[in-house]
Amino acid sequence: MAVLHTTNKSPLQTRDLESCLRLSRPGCGVLLIEDAVYGALAAGTIAATLAEAAGQRRIYVLGPDLAARGFTAEQLIPGVEVVDYGGFVDLAVEYHHVQAWV
Amino acid sequence: MSEKREGGAGQVKRFMFVNRKAPYGTIYALESLEVVLIGAAFDQDVSLVFLDDGVYQLKKGQRTQGIGQKNFSSTYRALADYDVEKLYVERESLEVRGLTVDDLLVPVQVLNSAELGELMERQDVVLAF
Amino acid sequence: MTSAVAVKGKELEVDEEGYLVNLGDWSEDVANVMAAEDSLALTENHWEVINFLRDYYAEYQVAPAIRVLTKAIGKKLGPEKGNSKYLYELFPYGPAKQACRYAGLPKPTGCI
Repeated sequence: MAVLHTTNKSPLQTRDLESCLRLSRPGCGVLLIEDAVYGALAAGTIAATLAEAAGQRRIYVLGPDLAARGFTAEQLIPGVEVVDYGGFVDLAVEYHHVQAWV
Repeated sequence: MSEKREGGAGQVKRFMFVNRKAPYGTIYALESLEVVLIGAAFDQDVSLVFLDDGVYQLKKGQRTQGIGQKNFSSTYRALADYDVEKLYVERESLEVRGLTVDDLLVPVQVLNSAELGELMERQDVVLAF
Repeated sequence: MTSAVAVKGKELEVDEEGYLVNLGDWSEDVANVMAAEDSLALTENHWEVINFLRDYYAEYQVAPAIRVLTKAIGKKLGPEKGNSKYLYELFPYGPAKQACRYAGLPKPTGCI
């Protein structure tokens, strides 16, 4: 069963997201939390990084972190799913294990 | 700010606070803001710069109930009461993030990197967060 | 170390300087009890400042420093109230610090 990858740093400040996407395999899940949620926004030059990976992976964003930073689900790259804390727990159970890119 | 004292014990220096981190994920943004508010009591020539992820600090519409942290974005609107009125944002940082001044919650002056670099060079003290 | 203030039979947690730990614990009774402990009876003029501070905090998420408070009060309530003499007469322990405490707010940012 596939792995759920999590990352929590802004993709404009570290290369964690890039490494995560490069090493995560098709079929896995990628959950963006805390400052990593900026990586899922459709506007801006960074969007290309994730948009390309999104085709073969399920991409999730933690809703409370997105709202805290002043953005809404409509501003995300199409296909990105928003989950709440309960959804986070469900994902952790659903996937084989969780790998954190910190 | 021409009425500010020059010379003597009350020497006015140019202080610039450079904000480069997004809010909430780390403590830098809030720490910087608190230092600015406390420092305002000293009547110095203060300017704030927001660049790189720091521009996210000024994003409108922040709602933090879900993460259990204080929404300090409202406090940027009180800076004028503290006589902190020079807020600069780097144009390149906005563009990379797909943001415009309409996305920001306070009036700012947008400068390009070259202009901002020149402004930085003219400071007496630059504090980076 | 924390202590508490007793209001209507309930112990409300305060910090070492007497500021409420949980903003949500506040009621007008809290202000009255805190003032009574300082041997002060709150008048309409005190409440005007306390309410002003609560509104300011709700709007800006910050308890204003004395200089900011004085200026902002002046703007809203007029120059005869927006000066430190008037405010110190109401709150002799320091208008921003004392009034913020009664208002259930944290110690003002910028008060050293």
